[in-house]
Amino acid sequence: MPPFVYIFLGALAVVSALGVVVQRNPIHSLLALIGTLMTVAILFIAEDAVVVGFLQIIVYAGAIMVLFLFVIWLLNLQVETGPTGHLVLKFFGSLGAALLVAELFSILARPHLQVKFTRQPAGYGSLASLAGKLFTDYLVAFEVTSVLLLAAVVGSVALARKLPGTDDPRAARDVAS
Amino acid sequence: MTIELIAGAIKAILMIVLGLNLSLFLLYFERKGSALIQDRIGSNRVTITGLGKRMGMPNLGIINTTIADPVKMFTKEDFVPAGADKFLHTLAPFLALFPVMITFVVIPFGDSISIAGHRIGLEAANLNAGALYLLATIGLGVYGVALAGWSSNNRWALLGGIRATAQMISYELAMGLAIVSVIMTFGTLNLQEIVRGQGGVWFGFLPRWGIFVQPLAFILLLVAGAAESKRIPFDLPESESELIQGYFTEYSGGKQAVFMLTDFAEQSLVAMLLTTFFLGGWQVPWLMRDGFHLPGGAFLAVPALAVSILGVVAFLVKVVALCIFLGMVRWTLPRFRYDQLMRLGWKGLVPLGLFNVLLTAFVVVATGRVQ
Repeated sequence: MPPFVYIFLGALAVVSALGVVVQRNPIHSLLALIGTLMTVAILFIAEDAVVVGFLQIIVYAGAIMVLFLFVIWLLNLQVETGPTGHLVLKFFGSLGAALLVAELFSILARPHLQVKFTRQPAGYGSLASLAGKLFTDYLVAFEVTSVLLLAAVVGSVALARKLPGTDDPRAARDVAS
Repeated sequence: MTIELIAGAIKAILMIVLGLNLSLFLLYFERKGSALIQDRIGSNRVTITGLGKRMGMPNLGIINTTIADPVKMFTKEDFVPAGADKFLHTLAPFLALFPVMITFVVIPFGDSISIAGHRIGLEAANLNAGALYLLATIGLGVYGVALAGWSSNNRWALLGGIRATAQMISYELAMGLAIVSVIMTFGTLNLQEIVRGQGGVWFGFLPRWGIFVQPLAFILLLVAGAAESKRIPFDLPESESELIQGYFTEYSGGKQAVFMLTDFAEQSLVAMLLTTFFLGGWQVPWLMRDGFHLPGGAFLAVPALAVSILGVVAFLVKVVALCIFLGMVRWTLPRFRYDQLMRLGWKGLVPLGLFNVLLTAFVVVATGRVQ
């Protein structure tokens, strides 16, 4: 990838990430977040991590962000008209943010951690190599995660399910718990 | 290098023009074909010079639907309702159209041809992860519709947007599962390779098309694709009798035309996907690289260039036939109720898709086609 493409995409990602924070309208923030995810996905694809890039678009930009959209709609979040929160909260908040930035700089300033670009062999990020790793080296982690996710799905269905004869979903939850 | 660049540009433009023209054909079929199905006359008024009428030819409504209708729409007032989010209201139609238009580039429309010693594949982009690209862009189609509903500041539009989002998310899953079983069958994500894998015959007469290996996946993709393109019987998001016009109630003029174009383009995209995955793409039955090998041993030699052209023609014929089929479904079936739609998606198509993936995995392992 030519350096100017990298710089352009990186700048775009940072600007959209800033947009997530500074937008007052939650839907606009969400759109900025989608922009960030898409730019990072394009960076992945340009660096030969094709599958990771496309999965980022399918899973995060295509599915999880839609979930966010639903949450914003259903909670009926309004546009923030002015600054909110207590003054003390804001003071400690800024202090914490400053500390985090300082920590990040102190870590990244170390010379041995600075980013070095290395060429990976062709096909490094392909589906075949990813699947090969996933089903040999990381098989146990993969299977355990899948069982965990299945349990989460069953649990959420059990919580949301209405028992026959009752209109109140809370009744079902009491039975389930 | 140069000739590849030029060919790439031509192919990309060709694919977009093809998508747009198929949409225009669908617009024509929507007006005149529906009239045919419902025993009406349909649009038959506009002529340019009255020449055909004087010569006694019947007016087929081609100028009505393909020129007068779009011109009318694009010259109407573009109205943004009070209290609407003006930026998103303008952005939404294009956000809906864009993912569909960029999906066309991975569809292979012919075998590769040689020009001046260069082999040029007849697909705008030969991606190794073509099927993943497809799923990614289809997944992004939700936002235009959802944001159109939200930004209009209208309850009916918002309800339409929410319905559209829920419906598209639900049916994307079934669509993805159908595509996964096809990928497992052919062992590649590259759409051109999938079409190549459908060449040849079984038992001397049956083309090796995907529909004969994966009939269940074909039905799944057909139903899920119809639901993704939000056409009747899945047009809950814009159901006129309940929601005025659904998510694009508050749109007029050119922006509404873009939404209609998106629907038609999605429908032609579904037809192209079904053709590529299940009807052999550009494969002509019994046509090899050197000519027709008819069942029974007869052979008919065909020059190489004619084979390529026949392939492109076969692709177009299949796509148009599927477009007409989808249009006929639209004008035949009544609309689903919302709970029926959700039940069909989650309790019907998704379990069937999972079952099909499992079955395909067993067969692939049993026949030893794993590297």
